[in-house]
Amino acid sequence: MSGFIGDWHALWILLIAGILPNGVWRMLGLWVGGGIDEGSEVMVWVRAVATAILAGVITQILVAPPGALASVPIAFRFGAAAAGFVAFLGLRKSVLAGVIAGEAVIIAAKYFLG
Amino acid sequence: MALPSPDSDQWQNPARVFALGVRESLKSVLAYVLFGTFIGIGALAHDTGFSLGWALVSSALIWAGPAQVILMSSLHSGATAIQAAIAVTLTAIRLMPMVVSLLPMMRTPGTRFYHLILPAHFTAVTFWVEGFRLFPLVPRERRIVFGNGMGTGFVLICLIATVIGFQMAAKLPPLFGVAVLALTPLTFLYSTALNAKQTADKVALVLGIALYPLVAIFKTGVDILISGILAGTIAFGVHVWRRRR
Repeated sequence: MSGFIGDWHALWILLIAGILPNGVWRMLGLWVGGGIDEGSEVMVWVRAVATAILAGVITQILVAPPGALASVPIAFRFGAAAAGFVAFLGLRKSVLAGVIAGEAVIIAAKYFLG
Repeated sequence: MALPSPDSDQWQNPARVFALGVRESLKSVLAYVLFGTFIGIGALAHDTGFSLGWALVSSALIWAGPAQVILMSSLHSGATAIQAAIAVTLTAIRLMPMVVSLLPMMRTPGTRFYHLILPAHFTAVTFWVEGFRLFPLVPRERRIVFGNGMGTGFVLICLIATVIGFQMAAKLPPLFGVAVLALTPLTFLYSTALNAKQTADKVALVLGIALYPLVAIFKTGVDILISGILAGTIAFGVHVWRRRR
């Protein structure tokens, strides 16, 4: 089984640098959210902040993408997101249509531009 | 098959409700996207020298795609555990307001803190989007069981995809790598847009996209947090202003 788990030291690093840094925010949300009412104004603000942080994560990935995605020029990365958004809106807010249209642009750009 | 009506007998049986949650997870469009994303994560684990067991523990217990990608790529490029932990935790801040906004939908007066620990762990963009879509169709006192079923389904899909990606890593063409990495921003964008029903959410989405590149110029290290709170607060201001008029 040593090949499956690999080195135990790496699992400690996974706990410290991966599992805890994520879990702590979820548990904090549970603790903070405990006293807030579903229909309250505070919740409108919390949801807006969650949405805006997510928007930031999306933009960050498009501006400075990980790995091979960086080989596609930035204009095509944003172009793909925009093309997908048009498809998303045009086809009655279909997430699948948006993803397929966006992927088509990315794949075409990578295929033809190398 | 749609979910049973709220007064159906099926909601009386917890095992049946859990199974309905699993079923809805498999029917979700986002499940296909998760599958693709985690094939990419399995392949990345293989290519950056982590074991399959490590990758599976990471998929089940981190349970957040961007964090896993950043953890593997930063450790592989020689970052210390502490440096990697800081980079990872910045991407994970988004999970807190997601948990805060989703969990009240699952709570009843009889709900204890520990009942909500597992749903909080399952909370990531997919669970958040599908929770908002599906919980209103589920009787309130059954939403935790239903959510646990749905979350379990999503995690299983990702564990299977992690194994497939890990095993196929060497055979995957570069074009596939690009397509898989593009899945995360595209899905996040359209599923967040789908979820943005109120004006505040729509304004927050557009402003969040527009403000991040401006805030990023200052390289604060917490750019996403600053632009998120700023854009979210302005969006909330717009909401209050419209309500007053």
